[in-house]
Amino acid sequence: MAEKTTQKLDEVTIRFAGDSGDGMQLTGTQFTNTTAILGNDLSTLPDFPAEIRAPQGTLFGVSGFQIHFGSTEINTPGDACDVLVAMNAAALKVNLRSLIDGGAIIVNTDGFNDRNLKLAGYQSNPLKDGSLSKYQVFEVDISKLTALALQDLNLSSKIADRSKNFFALGMMYWMYNRPMEPTIKWIQSKFANKPDIMEANIRVLKAGWSYGETTEIFKVRYQVAAAKLPPGKYRNITGNQATAWGLMAAAKKARLDLFLGSYPITPASDILHELSIYKHFGVKTFQAEDEIAGITSAIGASFAGDLGVTTTSGPGVALKTEALGLAVMVELPIVVCNIQRGGPSTGLPTKTEQADLLQALYGRNGEAPIPVIAASTPADCFGVVFESCRLALKYMTPVIFLSDGYLGNGSEPWLIPDFNKLPDISVKFRTEKDGFLPYLRDEATLSRPWAVPGTPGLEHRIGGLEKQHLSGNVNYEPLNHEFMVKLRAEKIERIANEIPPAEVEGDKKGEILVVGWGSTYGAIKTAVARHRQKGNSVSHLHLKYLNPLPMNVGEILYNFKHVLVPEMNLGQLIKVLRAKYLVPAVGLNKIQGLPFMAVEIENKIDEMLKG
Amino acid sequence: MSTLVEELLSQTQTTEQAKYTSKDFQSDQDVRWCPGCGDYSILAQTQRVMPDLGIPRHKIVFVSGIGCSSRFPYYMNTYGFHSIHGRATAIASGIKMARPDLSVWVVTGDGDGMSIGGNHLIHLLRRNLNIKVLLFNNQIYGLTKGQYSPTSEMGKVTKSTPYGSIDYPFNPVSLSLGASSTFVARTMDRDPKHLQSVLKRAAEHRGTAFVEVYQNCNVFNDGAFFQFTEKETKDDSVVFIEDGKPLVFGKERDKGIRLNGFLPEVVSLKNGKWSVNDLLVHNEKDTTLSFILADMTYKPNLPRPVGIFLAVNRPTYEAEMARQIAFAREKRGEGDMSKLLNSGETWVIN
Repeated sequence: MAEKTTQKLDEVTIRFAGDSGDGMQLTGTQFTNTTAILGNDLSTLPDFPAEIRAPQGTLFGVSGFQIHFGSTEINTPGDACDVLVAMNAAALKVNLRSLIDGGAIIVNTDGFNDRNLKLAGYQSNPLKDGSLSKYQVFEVDISKLTALALQDLNLSSKIADRSKNFFALGMMYWMYNRPMEPTIKWIQSKFANKPDIMEANIRVLKAGWSYGETTEIFKVRYQVAAAKLPPGKYRNITGNQATAWGLMAAAKKARLDLFLGSYPITPASDILHELSIYKHFGVKTFQAEDEIAGITSAIGASFAGDLGVTTTSGPGVALKTEALGLAVMVELPIVVCNIQRGGPSTGLPTKTEQADLLQALYGRNGEAPIPVIAASTPADCFGVVFESCRLALKYMTPVIFLSDGYLGNGSEPWLIPDFNKLPDISVKFRTEKDGFLPYLRDEATLSRPWAVPGTPGLEHRIGGLEKQHLSGNVNYEPLNHEFMVKLRAEKIERIANEIPPAEVEGDKKGEILVVGWGSTYGAIKTAVARHRQKGNSVSHLHLKYLNPLPMNVGEILYNFKHVLVPEMNLGQLIKVLRAKYLVPAVGLNKIQGLPFMAVEIENKIDEMLKG
Repeated sequence: MSTLVEELLSQTQTTEQAKYTSKDFQSDQDVRWCPGCGDYSILAQTQRVMPDLGIPRHKIVFVSGIGCSSRFPYYMNTYGFHSIHGRATAIASGIKMARPDLSVWVVTGDGDGMSIGGNHLIHLLRRNLNIKVLLFNNQIYGLTKGQYSPTSEMGKVTKSTPYGSIDYPFNPVSLSLGASSTFVARTMDRDPKHLQSVLKRAAEHRGTAFVEVYQNCNVFNDGAFFQFTEKETKDDSVVFIEDGKPLVFGKERDKGIRLNGFLPEVVSLKNGKWSVNDLLVHNEKDTTLSFILADMTYKPNLPRPVGIFLAVNRPTYEAEMARQIAFAREKRGEGDMSKLLNSGETWVIN
C-alpha cells in the first residue's frame, strides 16, 4: 500500500461538476448528508441548468453542487472551491473560474475525448497543454474503472456508466475521511426494488474508496473535525423542506388543517412534493390547474376554516396578484410562499435572485398592504414561515413569505426545535350570534372575526367590493372608502407593535452598517466578521420583517456614518430605506443568478472605509 | 388531536330537520339587477327550491365571480362569497376540499365562466367536486355594458363588434360534456317549473352539476332566447329531453327526433311514415348520446334541446382526497410532528 499522510483542515470547499445527467446533485447531497452526520457545520449551493437533460457534454448542460464544510462556523457555500471534481471537459471549463489557485482538480479522463473537448470549446486538451499548471490535477479514468468494477454484473454499458458518480463520491469519502455507511444505507433503500442497480452502485462507491486508498495517485488524506455547534440534536435540512415542515408545524399549533393550493414551478415545487407525503398529518395538497387557482383555492379553504397556503416563485406571484388583493379585501388568512428566482418573465428558473421584494411590498392594484417576511438561511425557513402563519391568523391577512432558490435548494445543519415548545398560535372562530358583524374589529389588532360557513346564525356574505365599516355590506361612499383603506393599512402597521426590535450584530454605533435581508445573510455575516477581526468599525443588520419594518430600524441606521445595502437585485430594500428613513445608503448589487461571495462584500466595505 | 373545525361541527350538530320557506333564503340586501332582468326569476326559483333540499341554511355557500349574475350571493341568506372575475369555481373548490360537509353552489355567467374563468371551469368539471354550477347565459357582457361574449352568435353587432362578431360561440353544454362533466343540463329563466326541477336534480347529484340557464338581458340583448322561451314559438323550437322518453316536440306534439346513423333529424309523426317507436329515446346515462344531443344546439333545422343531457356517477374529488388521507392515517398512524422533526439522519452535539 502506498504511503499516505493525513492533514488537518479547519474548512474546505468542494465542487462536484458534471453533465446534468451525471447525478452531480445526488452526489453532492449524499456527501452533504454524510458530512452533516459527522458534525461539521456546512452550507451548500446546488447550481444546475433549467434543462432536465441538456445535450451531453455541452457547456450549458453542466450541473454543479458546491459544499463548504468545516470545524468552524460556516455561513456560506464558499466563495471559491478548494477541490473541483470535473466529470468532463465542459464541467472543467465552466467551473475552473471558481477554483482557488493551487486548488485540486480531480478529472474523469474519459470525459476529455475529442468530442468532449470540442463541445466544451477547448482548442487543445487542457490536461495535456499545461494550462492547468497552477493547479494540482489528478487524472482518473472514472468511466473505465466503473466499468471494470461492474464487468461481471451483466449490466449494459449505458446502465453501468450511470454509476460513475458513486466512484467519484467514494474517492471523496476516502480523501476526506467520511464513512460510506450512510450512503450505502440510502442506496439500499432507494434501489430496494432494483437489486442489480443497488449492487452496482454500492460496488462502485467502494471501488472509488479503494482507489483512493490503494493507488499512488493520492498521497494526502484530510481530516475535518466536528464543528463546535451549540449542543443538541441536529439534522440537515434544505430551505424548501424547512418551509414545508414549518407550515405543517404551524397548522398543528393553530389546530387547523393545512391546505396547499399550488401549481408546479421551479424552484418551489419541492414544497408541494414534500407536503404531498404527509397525508397522515391531514395535509391536503391540491395541484391546481394554474397559479391563480392555487391561491384562490387556498382563499376558499381559508374562508371555510383551513390554514390556506400557496407556494410559488416570482412569475406565479405575478399571476396571483389579483387574488392577493381579494384576500386583503375579504381579510382572510393565507400564506403565499415566494421562492424567488431570476427574473423578469421566465428569467433564470433554476438560479437565485431577490428581485421580488418590491413586487411583494407593492405589487397589487389599489392600496393593498401585506405583511412581508423573509428567511435568511435554509433552516431559518422553518421559523419564518411559522411566523408568517401566526401573523396571518392573528391579523386575518394574507402574508408573503420570501425565500429564494439558494435557500430553497441549499441546506445546512439544523438544531432540531422542540415541537412542544413552539407557541400555540390557534385563534378562535366566531360562534356567538349576538352582536356579530362580519367586519367587527378586534381593538388591539384590528382584525375581523373569522366566522366559517357551517356556523348557525352567522350567515354572511363577503367579497371584493369595498366594505362598509363593521357591517361588511357593499359600500361606495367616499369617506367610508378612505376610512377602510386607512384601517386596512393600520391593521398591518400595528404588527410592528409586537414584533421584536431589529438587532445589530456588532457595535450599535460606528462607521459602516451593512443592511441585508433574505439569503445574503451568510455572505454579509462572513464579510463583516472578517472586517471586525481586522478591527474595523463595521456592523450587520439583517431584516426579517420587511413589512412592517421593526420600530427601531431608523434609530439603528442613524447611528452609523455609512449604510451599505447588498442585494441580489438593482436595489430594492435600499429604495424603501431611503424613502422611509431618508438615509444616503449605498447599494451593492449583484444580478448574476448567483449568491454573493463574502469577498465581494468585504471588498466593497474596504472601498467605503478608504472613503 | 381534533381541529377547531371538528370542534365547531360537533358543537353545532343538530338532529332536527330544518324547516324553511323560500323567504328564509332572502337576505336583507336590496336586489339591484335591472328591472325585468332574467336573474330575478332564477333567484326566485332557487329560493323556492332551497327549502326542499333539507340542508340547514348555515351549511350552504354561494360563490360567484364578477358580472351581473355574480351579485347573486348577496341576495341569498346563506354564506356567500362574491369573488373575482372567473375564479369562483376555483374558490368553491377550495371551500369544498376544506369542508366536504358544506353544500357549495357557484353562480357564474357566460363571460365569467366561459371566458376569463374557462380554465377553472373545465378543471372543476373533470375533477367532479360535489359543487353545483349555475351558468347564467345571456350571450352578452351586461355589467360592462354590452360587449359580445363567448356565447354570442357570429355576426353579432355590439359596442366592441361594430362590424359583427367574428368569434365562433361556445356551446356551454358541449364544452361541459367535453370536460367530462358528470351532470349537464340546460334550462331557462322563463320556465320556472323546468328551472326548479333541474335545480333539484342538480342538488341531488353527487358530483359537479353543470346547469346552463338561458337568461334574458333585457337591456343589452333583449329577446336573445325568446324563440325558445315564448309561448308562440317555444313548442316548435325546443325539444325537452327526459330520461327514458322519446324526443317529441311541437305544438301538436306531432314532431320527433330520430337518429339517422349518428345524425339527429326531425321527423313528422303525422304522415304515417314514422311513429313514436321510431324516435330517439333519451338516456341520461349514455355519454355518447349526450354529445349527439348537445350538438343539436346551433343546428338551424333542429329544435334546441333543453333538459338534463347527462347524469352519471363518478367518485368525487373531495371524497378521494379524504379517502387517501384516511388511508395514510390508517397505514402510518396519525402524523406526529415531533417524530417527523427527529426522523431520518440526526446527530447529537454535546
